[in-house]
Order: sequence, then structure tokens, then C-alpha cells
Amino acid sequence: MTDNTAQTPSGPVLAADGRPLKASLNRALRAQKIRALLLIAPLLIFILITFIAPIADMLFRSVENQIVRDTLPRTVVALDTWTNTDEAPGEDVYAALYYDIFEAAEFRNHSRVGSRLNYELTGVSSMFRRAGRGVGRFDTDIYTDQFTALDPAWAEYETWTGLMDDDAIRAALPETSDAFDTWIHITIDANDDVPAEEDIEDFVFTALYRDLSNTGYSGSNALLSTAADAVAGFESVSLRDQFADMDEDWLDPTVMETIKVYSPSYTPGYFLTAIDMQLTADGVSAQPEDRRIYVTLFERTLFMSMVIMGSCVLLGYPIAFLLANLPTRVSNLLLILVLLPFWTSLLVRTSAWKVLLQQQGVINDVLVWIGLVADDNRLQLINNQTGTIIAMTHILLPFMILPLYSVMQTIPPTYVRAAKSLGATNWTAFWRVYFPQSVPGIGAGCILVFILSIGYYITPELVGGRTGTFISNRIAYHISSSLNWGLAAALGSILLAVVLLLYWAYDKLVGIDNVKLG
Amino acid sequence: MNASSGSENFVVFDRVQKSYDGETLVVKDLNLSIGQGEFLTMLGPSGSGKTTCLMMLAGFETATHGEILLDGQPINNIPPHKRGIGMVFQNYALFPHMTVAENLAFPLQVRKIGKSDQEAKVKRALDMVQMGDFGGRRPAQLSGGQQQRIALARALVFEPELVLMDEPLGALDKQLREHMQFEITNLAHQLGITTVYVTHDQTEALTMSDRVAVFDDGRIQQLAPPDQLYEAPENSFVAQFIGENNTLMGTVKEMSDDAAVVQLDDGEVIDAVPVNVKKVGDRTLISIRPERVEIDKNRLHPEAHTIKAEVLEFIYMGDIYRTRLRVAGNDNFVIKTRNAPDQRRMTPGEQIEIGWRPQDCRALDA
Ligand SMILES: Nc1ncnc2c1ncn2[C@@H]1O[C@H](COP(=O)(O)OP(=O)(O)OP(=O)(O)O)[C@@H](O)[C@H]1O
Ligand SMILES: [Mg+2]
Repeated sequence: MTDNTAQTPSGPVLAADGRPLKASLNRALRAQKIRALLLIAPLLIFILITFIAPIADMLFRSVENQIVRDTLPRTVVALDTWTNTDEAPGEDVYAALYYDIFEAAEFRNHSRVGSRLNYELTGVSSMFRRAGRGVGRFDTDIYTDQFTALDPAWAEYETWTGLMDDDAIRAALPETSDAFDTWIHITIDANDDVPAEEDIEDFVFTALYRDLSNTGYSGSNALLSTAADAVAGFESVSLRDQFADMDEDWLDPTVMETIKVYSPSYTPGYFLTAIDMQLTADGVSAQPEDRRIYVTLFERTLFMSMVIMGSCVLLGYPIAFLLANLPTRVSNLLLILVLLPFWTSLLVRTSAWKVLLQQQGVINDVLVWIGLVADDNRLQLINNQTGTIIAMTHILLPFMILPLYSVMQTIPPTYVRAAKSLGATNWTAFWRVYFPQSVPGIGAGCILVFILSIGYYITPELVGGRTGTFISNRIAYHISSSLNWGLAAALGSILLAVVLLLYWAYDKLVGIDNVKLG
Repeated sequence: MNASSGSENFVVFDRVQKSYDGETLVVKDLNLSIGQGEFLTMLGPSGSGKTTCLMMLAGFETATHGEILLDGQPINNIPPHKRGIGMVFQNYALFPHMTVAENLAFPLQVRKIGKSDQEAKVKRALDMVQMGDFGGRRPAQLSGGQQQRIALARALVFEPELVLMDEPLGALDKQLREHMQFEITNLAHQLGITTVYVTHDQTEALTMSDRVAVFDDGRIQQLAPPDQLYEAPENSFVAQFIGENNTLMGTVKEMSDDAAVVQLDDGEVIDAVPVNVKKVGDRTLISIRPERVEIDKNRLHPEAHTIKAEVLEFIYMGDIYRTRLRVAGNDNFVIKTRNAPDQRRMTPGEQIEIGWRPQDCRALDA
């Protein structure tokens, strides 16, 4: 063999102009790269706006949970100090809940937070809806009456603004000032009214009563001093009881626990639900037996996708082999037959399978007619896993045949001839020489079919029945029926992660370079 | 050829015909006997049916008619893998997913030869083609010439008695090709293998073979050792196909068994050997090799005919001079003279007289 040429002295190689060769090369390539970037820019922007951004938004939704904190801010703070979750919390929490729901009801937000919490605990939605209507009818009007009886000035708007202008008073009456601000906010922003012309709501007096009776008043304002002295003799009303009167369940600790657990802005709750776990005040625990569905669904989706992939390989390989080894004119004709399904609507094809597979359908009729099955014991071929597997294998078969075919076409027939001339039988020549060279096609087909089927939705929905549906059907349900987009997003993210994981594993095992689409 | 001796008739094509489409015969009535240990080359223009013949012998195509015998046995119904014929393909057909050593072990594995035996044979075969260090490489990591050697080694590793090669050197550059020609013939003779070699490079055919079968139009035009083929072509196709050749058209004037006088179309008269002209008055194609044309009258037989020629071009080619003449209206009459100290260099425009020994001038079919 030839001698190696002498090694160049170490150090960077220089270009003709004395700059390092690497730098010159990079500079020369930069212009090319920029041009390439400009060429793909329109598509890139299109995809970013219409595809990547929505997906990122969906992924964000799977952990996002601001609605509870935004709608029930006072309750969330009040629940911080509630630790004994075996018992319903105290009056403070219910007072906070009273203000929060009152405000939310005025802005019509209460049912949204109700729906959100309903995902975690069934029934909460209706409690919130009823509370939205109920808080206005609480018996807290007695506070209004008692304060105005004590001094009619309390009914005046100016009295209040005078008090609230004083920072010392604001500091002394935190709940009251917060309630008054909220009332102003509601009057102006929710009802489009002028505060000076409106009666002050009961919840503001409730807050005043609670402030004065909890901490008293030691300032110099005469009106407040008088009131502070008088509240001890006021008739009072328990907000906890008011809630309980409206719906017993408000005293159920689990309701409050759910609000507490889902109060952070970001929650792993959706993901935990997606893997049949749940979040409680004591941490993460498994869902009760009867509510576990998702892990089974994931397993079923993966298993059935594997089966579909396997049957596609078994059915597709011989066809692709035939196509690749026939004269071009015949193989083009057959290829059209392979592609034919693409020209028919997916729905039509799936419905056709319904007709074929049902118990009174064509296949069962034929089987009964030739006597393979008894008439009273017709095969259940649809609305179960069998139906999904049959229909999806048919629908995804072209995705296996096409890459296989294009890879097989590139295998020259001389290899098999060479193997035979070396003494190999037909089978050995195929198995040892032809098959290994077609593996990249199998790889490509398998990846295509598997990834398509793992996210398939229409066909399992139509022919899968109860046992043959995929995780994607559940995702669709949460997107369009239950409107639990957070859970749908979490399920989708897990599915995406599983696909990426499998892809990675495939790359490790087979090598993605070995995948050829033609 | 002696039909009774087995080793003379190791491979026999007996009136073989082949048609792919049922309309045209690609191989028409092929009769050919190849002796054991012989190196036979099939030479011919593209599409003349060489590969087809080879494929019929290897078993990948079936003869439409006739019989092929291998070592006395008819093999028409024996599948390719049972024929035990080594084959080197034009594009080598080394299995890309196997290493070189695995490629070589393949024919041994399918013959269920023991592991240690396999290794020894693979090593011997690799050493034989001087590729001992390359066993672990993939075919894609080899140069064209190296792949060629491996393909050769693979065809020989299971010690077949017959090896077929279909244009094995077609993809190589000139220098490597010449080197490999030498190696292949050496190996074949050394191992005593019968070789059927297909090429359309005539130099290759002439330098390598014991005998050459010139194919054209599905027929063997001539089957002869290289020197005979070159010096005594039997028809005008062979004469024009092999080597450089000057042709003149004429009519037979006088004719005996071993001599003829031909009148060229412009009236000049020359001597020639009649090869496949039958009678006086036949149109004929006269063929003379450029290096057999004599420009020195003293070296010719005193009674030999000479004709006039005009020098058109003189090309210096190092070892030889190549001079283009106009002879009897033919502007492409070339003569080659050795570059020797006493050799005359002609100048364009010069009028000379040329002649040749009658036996070098062959009167063929027109
Ligand atoms: N599989 C086939 N089907 C139909 N016709 C074929 C087939 N293979 C070869 N032919 C035809 O048979 C004729 C001879 O082909 P063949 O391959 O034997 O030629 P060849 O002498 O090997 O030519 P080359 O030097 O170009 O390789 C050609 O006219 C070709 O078109
Ligand atoms: Mg050929």
C-alpha cells in the first residue's frame, strides 16, 4: 500500500490571505446558510404560527392552573392556615369564600372556576353555580341594618369615601377596605353604575363587622369608635352556616381540600390524572380502583399499535416484494391498486369495514354459509379490538408498502443471483442477502405505521366500541365534550413523550440512519 | 475439436437458442465446446448476446432450445445453486451488509463447511488476491480494484471448476485493468480453472484468452486463439471488430485455392488470400492490417502487385509512426511503421507505392 504523506506541521492551517482556513471557510459558508434560511423562512414562519405555537400553548395548558388563584384569591390565602383537613375550616375561610364568590358572581366567573374544580371533584360545579346565585341572598343584610340603625351616616357613600381616604383607617380595617374597593370595582366595572348613587352592599358591612369585632378600633374616628363599641351587642350571622344552609357539601372537607390543593398557579394535577394518580393535601396517591382508566388506555394503545404494525409488515412485505420484482408496467398498475385507498375518504373506508365486519355482515354471512361458524354463534368482529386492528391494518397498509417498495426497488437483482451462484438456495439467498438489505424499508414503514396508529382517532372511534378505543379518543373527548383541555393536553404530552422515547429507543437499537424512505 | 475426450468438452453448448420475447432470437444456434482448464473469452459488441449465454450457463436464464452440458451432464434442469459455478458480476455484487470475510465465508457456510475450515479457506482466498488485511472491512470501504479482487476471491473460494466473469473489469481505469487482467489469467492458470470471460474490450480478449469467441447478432462469428483471430479473421465482421484494419472494396478477378487476384473499384489490381469468397466475379472486402503494409519495395516479392498511395497525415506516436494514406479512393488507409533509426518519415502530399505479402491480405465477404 502507499506510504502516508508527511504530516503537516501542527497549528491551524492558513488560507491564502493568512487567516485561519476554518474562519475563511465559515465566512464563505455563512452567506450560503443565510440564503438557505431565507428560502425556508416562509414555511418556517407558517409552521411556527399555525403549528408550533398552538402545540406550545397546549403543552402549557397541561400544567397551567391560574384560574383558582385568580378567582378565589382570598380563599386561597385563608386556606393556607387550614391544616387539619379532616374537619371543615373555620369562619375566616367561609368569609373569604363569601367575598370571592360574590365578586366572581358579579363578573360571572364563578361557574368557570366551578367547572375547573369539577374535573377534580364531581359536583363542585353545581355548588359553585348555586353559590353564585345564593351569596346575594345571605342573611348578612342584618349587618347593614344594624350599622345604619346605629348611625344613618353609614348608608352614605361619602361617609365611606371619607373613611377610606385615611390610610390609618385602612390599615386598621384591612378586610373592610378590601371589601369596599371590591364593591367599587364591581359597581363600576361589572354593573356600569356610579358608586355614589348605589346602595353599599351587605358584604362590605359584613367585612366591617368582622374587622371591628375581631380587632376592635383604637383610632380617633368617632363614627368608628362608636361602631366598635356597639358591635359587641350586634346580632351576628355565621357565614359557615350560611354556606351550609345553601348546600351541606360546603362543610365537606374534601371540597375545601380540593380548592387548597389546586390553588397554585401551576399544577402537576393533570399529568397525575393522566397516569391514574391524584393530588391530595397529603401528597400524591393512586386513584381509586374504579377511576383508573388512562394507564390501561395507554397500554392498550401501544399494544394495539404494535399489533397493527406487525400485521402491516406481514401483509405488506410480500406485496412490496412482488411490486419490486415485477416488470415496471405491471408493477405500476398494482401500485395504483395499493394507492387506491388514498383516493377514498377515510370515513367511507371505515364505514365499509362496519358493513363487512358486523354480526349480520358480509364476512359473518360467508363464514356461516360455508359452515365455519354456527348461525347462533356469529363472530364478534367489530366494536372491539379485533375490529380496530382489522380496519386500521387495512388503512395503514400503504404506509408500510410504499417505503418497503421504494427500498426494495434499489436492491439490484444481481445480489440474489450472486448468492445463488455461490450455492445458496432460494430461501437462503432471500433471508441472508435480500432481507437484510430491505430492513431499512421495514424500519421506515414500522415507524410510519406505528406513529400514525398511536395517534389514530377516527377509525377506533367508529369500529372500536368500548374495548377497542385508543388514548386519542379520550383526548378528543376531553377536547370537545368535557372541555377539560388541561387533561387533554397532559394526555397529549405524554403521548408525544412516549413517541419520542420509542423513536430514541429505535435509534439506539436499529439506528435512524438505517431508515430509508426511498 | 476431439468430441470423445471429456476434458476437451467440459462445457458444451449444443444448438442453443434463446428468445426473451418469443419474437426475436437473441442467441441463434450456439454450438461451443470449452475444454477443461481453458480460458475462453466471449467478445462482441453490445447486445450481441454474451451475457445471455453466460446467464444460461449459470442457470439464471433457460435456453429456449438446445442443451447445455457441464462435464457431460445436461444442466438445463439443475437450479443455479446446485451447478457449483463461480461467478464474478460486472458490478461485483458484493453483499453490502456483510464484511469482506463474511462475503467470502458465505458460499462456504451454505455448503455447511466447518468453522475452522471456513476460516482457513477465507484466509487463503484473501491472501491469493493479496487482500489479507481487509477481511474486516465492508465492501463500501474498498476501492474499485479491491472490490474486484474480493469478488474474484469470493467466486473462487469454494473451489469451483468453472468460473464465469461478466465484464469484471469494466469499471476500472486502464492501468488497474491491465494489472488485473494479468492477475486473473495468472490465477486461472495456476488453479487450473475453466474460465468463461465476457468482455467487449478486444485487447482484454486477446491478451487474456486461450481462445476467443467473437459474438455478433447472436452467433459466434469466429472461435479461435487470439493470434489466429487477429491474423486470420474468417469474415469481415471479425476483421473489422478485432484490432485496427484497412479495408478496400473490390471484385475477384482470378481465383485459385490459396490465391486470388482482386481488382479494386478504382481499377488497381492486388494479390489476396481468398477466405470466404467463392468464385470469380464476387464482390469482396479486402482486409490488411496496418503493420503489414510494406512501403519498401525491396522487401517485397519481385512479382508482387503494388499500388499508389498519397500521404495525408503523419502522426508520431513514440514507439510507432502512424501514417494516413489515400489508397484507391479510401482516405482512411492507415499504416504503422516501427520507430527505428533507419525508418523513413513520410511528409503529407508525398506520393508513394505500397504493397504487401499476399498472405497478409485477406479477401472476405463484402
Ligand atoms: N431480460 C431480458 N428481457 C428481454 N430482452 C433481453 C433481456 N436481457 C437481454 N435482452 C436482450 O437480449 C439481447 C442480448 O443481450 P445481452 O445482455 O446478452 O447482451 P451483451 O452481449 O451482454 O451486451 P453488453 O455487452 O452490452 O453487455 C439484447 O438485445 C437485449 O436487449
Ligand atoms: Mg452483458
